[in-house]
Amino acid sequence: MLDQTNTLQAARARACPAPPAGAVLRERGKNERMVSDGQTEDAERPAAPLSPPTEWLLAVRDQRDRGAFAQLFDHFAPRLTAMMLRSGMSRAVADDVVQDVLLTAWQKAHLYDPARAQASAWIYRIARNRQIDIIRRERRPVPEALKMESEETEADAQAALALDQEAAQLREALQNLKPEQREVIERAYLSDLTHTEIRQSTGLPMGTIKSRIRLALERLRHELKGLR
Amino acid sequence: MSPVSHHIPEDIIEAYASGALPHGFSVVVATHLSLCDQCRAVAEACDALGGAALEALDAEAPDAGLRDRTLALLDTAPAPAPEPQPRGIFPAAVAAELGGDGPAWRSLGAGIRQQILVDRPEGSARLLRIPGGKAVPDHGHNGLEMTLVLQGSFSDHTGRYARGDVQVVTDDLEHTPMAEAGPDCICLAATDAPLRFNAMIPRLLQRYFRI
Repeated sequence: MLDQTNTLQAARARACPAPPAGAVLRERGKNERMVSDGQTEDAERPAAPLSPPTEWLLAVRDQRDRGAFAQLFDHFAPRLTAMMLRSGMSRAVADDVVQDVLLTAWQKAHLYDPARAQASAWIYRIARNRQIDIIRRERRPVPEALKMESEETEADAQAALALDQEAAQLREALQNLKPEQREVIERAYLSDLTHTEIRQSTGLPMGTIKSRIRLALERLRHELKGLR
Repeated sequence: MSPVSHHIPEDIIEAYASGALPHGFSVVVATHLSLCDQCRAVAEACDALGGAALEALDAEAPDAGLRDRTLALLDTAPAPAPEPQPRGIFPAAVAAELGGDGPAWRSLGAGIRQQILVDRPEGSARLLRIPGGKAVPDHGHNGLEMTLVLQGSFSDHTGRYARGDVQVVTDDLEHTPMAEAGPDCICLAATDAPLRFNAMIPRLLQRYFRI
């Protein structure tokens, strides 16, 4: 059995080469293209500390970068297709929904805040909303979006980096679950859309996942305070 | 923003975030998230888990032409549905259920009024308007009930509830909530079963008014 702590520390070391905090600050000028055609984004931005999908989404948000959108498509379309097929959609419907989700990401990118969500979490929510709208034939109730701050501060950049690290560790923790435990989460979050009895909801069963979520929560709570 | 002191249990927020919660309760959770950063953070952390699960899925190739068709639509796709907006005291999720106008209050007797928002086999949601200083009749519960305060406040033996606060009760609570003096207390209430009133409103009326 793997030592979870060491595994996670190793994952953190891999995911985050501990750049100086200032390196995270993003230059928002026109000349900077985060990802153009995506062949060599790591080589072009050696200090880029955020996960590639999050960087692509930021390039879409800030530069309306079509190359970065194509990268997002290549990364997420096959996963979203799998998610939609799991909930029983036909291939044709799944294709339509996947296209709709990614076009929505393109159109709503101005609402994306990397200090509050990784690209995968943000796109997951768009996808889950659409999936519920279609399968239940109703508009899913959602809260209004919080207004974005116009200036990105160093604290925002640090929060984005911290969230990115937490998300990487969350993924690692998920990978390290027993297959049947992982299946519980995949079924709840990706496919199963039946109304469950609330009191039968088991909640999140696994300690590692719970502690990861708790850390992400502290980060998010702090972030949200700054938006009011 | 005034601090919210009665929150939604994390397992219910998780059920909302993962899509398992019936529509009526989802309206209550989404409304509370509008008013409570702490619970919004819980929901967003659940999205992070959903995102991680999405990342870990085995890929299924979409239709071969989908990429080109999607890229071709970047400039011409119809605008997405507008972001839901709050209206007056009603956060976006309630405003969306009300539609363009309303609420159209309907009397339940004893000065209490309601507007039904959601009425489905798996549960219902309604707005209730109770005059300041009035008590809601003694009632017990049958199933799960969530009540969120939008205006004014009410108290019962479990505590005091003001804007944004949510009271979550299950089967066995018998209580007599009392609206505080002042403006009418307006609540959003969702249940998965009909309320059982012990006094004041006979069962027949209960059926007629669907409360």
